[in-house]
Amino acid sequence: MKKYSFYLAAILGPILLLSACGNQNGKASSDGALASNNAEKVYVAPGEHDEFYAFMSGGYSGNVTVYGLPSGRMFKEIPVFSQFPTNGYGYSEETKPMLETSFGFIPADDSHHPDISQTNGELDGRWLFINGNNTPRIARIDLKTFETAEIIEVPNSAGNHSSSYITENSEYVVAGTRFSVPVPQRDMPIKDYKGNFKGALSFISVEPETGRMDIKFQLIMPGFNYDLSHPGRGKSHGWFFFTTYNTEEANTLLEVNASQNDKDFIAAVNWKKIEEYVENGGGTMVPANYAHNVYSDETHSATSTMKKEVLTVDPTKVPGAIFFMPTPKSPHGVDVSPSGDYIIGNGKLSADLTVFSFDKMIAAIEGKKFDGEAYGLPILKFEDVLGGTVKSGGLGPLHTEFDGEGNAYTTFFISSEVVKWKLGTWEVIDRKPTFYSVGHCMIPGGNSAKPFGKYLISLNKITKDRYLPTGPELEHSAQLYDISGDKMELLYDFPTHGEPHYAAAIPASILAPKSQKIYKLAENEHPFATKNVSEARVVREGNEVHVYMAMIRSHFTPDNIEGIKVGDKVYFHITNHEQDFDVPHGFMMIGQKNSGLLIMPGQTKTSVWEPMQEGVWPFYCTDFCSALHQEMQGYIRVSPAKSNIDISWSLGE
Amino acid sequence: MKIVLRSIVIVFSLMLVACGGKEEKKKEGFSVDRAKTSEKTTEADAVTNGVSASERVDLDNKGVGPITSVTLSPEIDADMAKKGEEVYTQMCMACHRVDKKFIGPAPTGILKRRSPEWVMNMILNPEVMVKEDPLAKELMAEFNGAPMANQGLTEDQARNVLEFFRTLE
Repeated sequence: MKKYSFYLAAILGPILLLSACGNQNGKASSDGALASNNAEKVYVAPGEHDEFYAFMSGGYSGNVTVYGLPSGRMFKEIPVFSQFPTNGYGYSEETKPMLETSFGFIPADDSHHPDISQTNGELDGRWLFINGNNTPRIARIDLKTFETAEIIEVPNSAGNHSSSYITENSEYVVAGTRFSVPVPQRDMPIKDYKGNFKGALSFISVEPETGRMDIKFQLIMPGFNYDLSHPGRGKSHGWFFFTTYNTEEANTLLEVNASQNDKDFIAAVNWKKIEEYVENGGGTMVPANYAHNVYSDETHSATSTMKKEVLTVDPTKVPGAIFFMPTPKSPHGVDVSPSGDYIIGNGKLSADLTVFSFDKMIAAIEGKKFDGEAYGLPILKFEDVLGGTVKSGGLGPLHTEFDGEGNAYTTFFISSEVVKWKLGTWEVIDRKPTFYSVGHCMIPGGNSAKPFGKYLISLNKITKDRYLPTGPELEHSAQLYDISGDKMELLYDFPTHGEPHYAAAIPASILAPKSQKIYKLAENEHPFATKNVSEARVVREGNEVHVYMAMIRSHFTPDNIEGIKVGDKVYFHITNHEQDFDVPHGFMMIGQKNSGLLIMPGQTKTSVWEPMQEGVWPFYCTDFCSALHQEMQGYIRVSPAKSNIDISWSLGE
Repeated sequence: MKIVLRSIVIVFSLMLVACGGKEEKKKEGFSVDRAKTSEKTTEADAVTNGVSASERVDLDNKGVGPITSVTLSPEIDADMAKKGEEVYTQMCMACHRVDKKFIGPAPTGILKRRSPEWVMNMILNPEVMVKEDPLAKELMAEFNGAPMANQGLTEDQARNVLEFFRTLE
C-alpha cells in the first residue's frame, strides 16, 4: 500500500502542483493573514488550557495517549495493555495482575478504538473503554484518575477489532472478533475453516454505578471477519451493527480470496431481543478460561481472577434478532448518524458509500423481504434497505463521523482525503487532502447522539515528509481541521504516539473539574502501606525481606538498611506521604531487574529487588521533587548469604 | 589527558589499597582533603540578633493565610488533642519529631514562641508562608532549604493539631 501511494504521489504530485492554486500540500499559505489566522485558532497561550481532551489509541504501544485540542499538546500516556517503565505499571507487584490473561502474563498489545461512556447517547465522561486487539481484551479507564481500572479478557475471540463500542446508556461495551477461529478452540486442519470456524460477538455489561464489566453473552456467528461496529442510537437504540468481510470464508491469501464477493454484509443485531432471550434462560453456558483484572484505588492494587464459563447464544435460536444487509466491497467502518436514522457502510474497495435506512430496514424485516440466508440467518434485499449512496469520487472509504449539524465526514485511505457530505441529500459539500493516507477521523462526540463539532482530526497512517526526519521509523501524523464553516480548513499538523487507530474527544469542561489531584493517605488500604513513619520497618521472612518505607520531600524512612543478604528477595513497599497536588516521588535501586516506580501522593507501590552482589548499594528518588531532591537517597548493605548480620534500619541516626 | 587519567587511576588504586575495601569499618580518618569546618558553624544567614529563627519568640505575628484569629480555651480539649495527634502522626511526623529537631523544627513548646494563628497558617498555607512571612522564610533557610509540604489538612484538622501542640510543653 505504501508503495502504491508513493507512486500515486509521484504521478499525481506534479499534476496537483500544476493544477492547484496553492494549499495542496497543506503547508501554511503564503497568504500571511490567513496563516496567522490559523495560528491563532490553535494557539493556546502559556498557562491557558485546551478546549477538548482527545484520547488516542496507541496501536502497537498498547496504550492510550491524552492530547489537548486544538493545541495538539500531549498531556499523558496512560498505560493499559503494556508494561510501562515510566511509572512501573505492569512491573510493580500491584499492577502485574492487570496484565494476566489465560495465556499468562502478557506484556504488550495493540490498542485500537477508544470510546467514552454515554448517558442518553451523550458523552458523560466517566470512563474510557479500549480494546486490546491481539490478546483479546477490553479495558476500562477511570476518567477521574486517568488510570486503567479494569481489564477483561474476551474468550472465543481473536483479533478483537470490532470493539470497544458502547451502547447509548453504556449498558454494554461490545467486542467483536476480527478473525474467526474454532469455537471452542481445538486442534483441526486450517483448510477446514469454512463452515467450522466461528466469529464471537461479545456483549459485555457495564455496571451503571461502578463500571464493572462482565460478559453477559457471546453471539456465536458464522465464520466471517467482523471488522468494526457501532451502536444504534435514538430510534435505533437496541440494535448494534457490525461490518463483515471475508464472507468468502477464505483461510489463506485473503488479500485476493476475501475480495471475491461483490458484497459482504453489515450484520444488524437486535441486542435487546437477545438480552431478553438470555434473561429468560436462553443460551448455553460453556466452559471457558479468561482473566478479569480489577484495580482498586483504595488498596492501590489489582487482583486477577480467572473466569471459567461464558454464556453463548446460537443466533439461529433467536428468530428476528440478526439480519444481514449486503454491503459492497469489504466494508471497514459502520457508522450510525446522531439521530440513529442512517447506518453508513464504508466499502473500503469502493468509491461510494452505502447508506442504509433504519426505517427501511425495519420495514423490510417486518415485510419479511429476504434475499436468502447465510447459515440460517436472513439476508435483507440490498435495494429494500438502501437509503442512499454517496457518490464521493474518492477511493477507499474507511470511516465516517458526524458534526451534529446534519453533515458527515468520511475518510478515504487510498485517495488520502476527508470528504464532507450531507445526510439525506448525499451531496458532497467539500473535500480536503490529508497527509497521508488517513485511517479514521474523529470529531469530539462524533460517535454519539450529540457531537460537539468544531474540529475534526484525521489520523493518518503515513507520515513521510511531514516533520523533520528521524531515521526510518516515524511517529504517525494527525491533522486538525476547523469544521465550523461550510468548508473544512486545515489548521494544524502534529505527530501522535504509536499508531492511533481511532480517538475520542470530550470538552475539557466535563472532565477537568473532576480530575483527581491526590490519593488520600488516610484512605490508603494497601496491605503493605506505611501510613505512619513510626511504622516504617524492615521485616525478614525467610529469604524474603519486606521494607515498609515512607517518602516525603526529601527523604526515605528508613534510608539505611543493613542485614540484607545475597540471594534475598527484597520487596520495597513504598508509600508517598505527600498530600499536595503534583508531588510524586520516584524510586530506583541499583541493579534492579525491574522498572523503577513513580508513586503519586498518598499511594503505595511495591518493587522487587534481588541483590546479587555483596556491598553497599544506593537507591534514590527519580522524580525531581524539591531543592533537596539530590539528597533524597539511601543505602542498603548487602552481606554474604551466610552472614549473621541482623536486619536493622534507621533514618538520621 | 592520558597522563591525567592514569594518575587518577593510580590515585584510586592507592585509595582502595589504603582503606582495605574489606571487613571492619573502623572510623579511620578518610578525610584527607576534606577538612571540615566542624559540624555546625553558626548559621550566619539564619540569625538575627544572635537568635536563630527557630529559637526566636514572636507571639504577635499571625502569619499569612486563612487563619486570622484563634481563641484558645483555658483548658486543653483532650478529644481535639487526641484527634490532632492522630493527624500529626500520619501527616507530619515524617519531618517533625515531637521533641527533636529533624527535617523541620520540633513542635514541643511552639506556642511559647509562635501565635496559634501563625502555627495554623504555616500548616495550611506553607507555600505562601515561606515566600511572604519573613520568619517562615528565615526558618526555611535555617532548615537547609527544605520546604514545608502542604499536607492538605482541613482547618478543623489543623486546629486539632494545634490543640495537640498545646499538650507538648
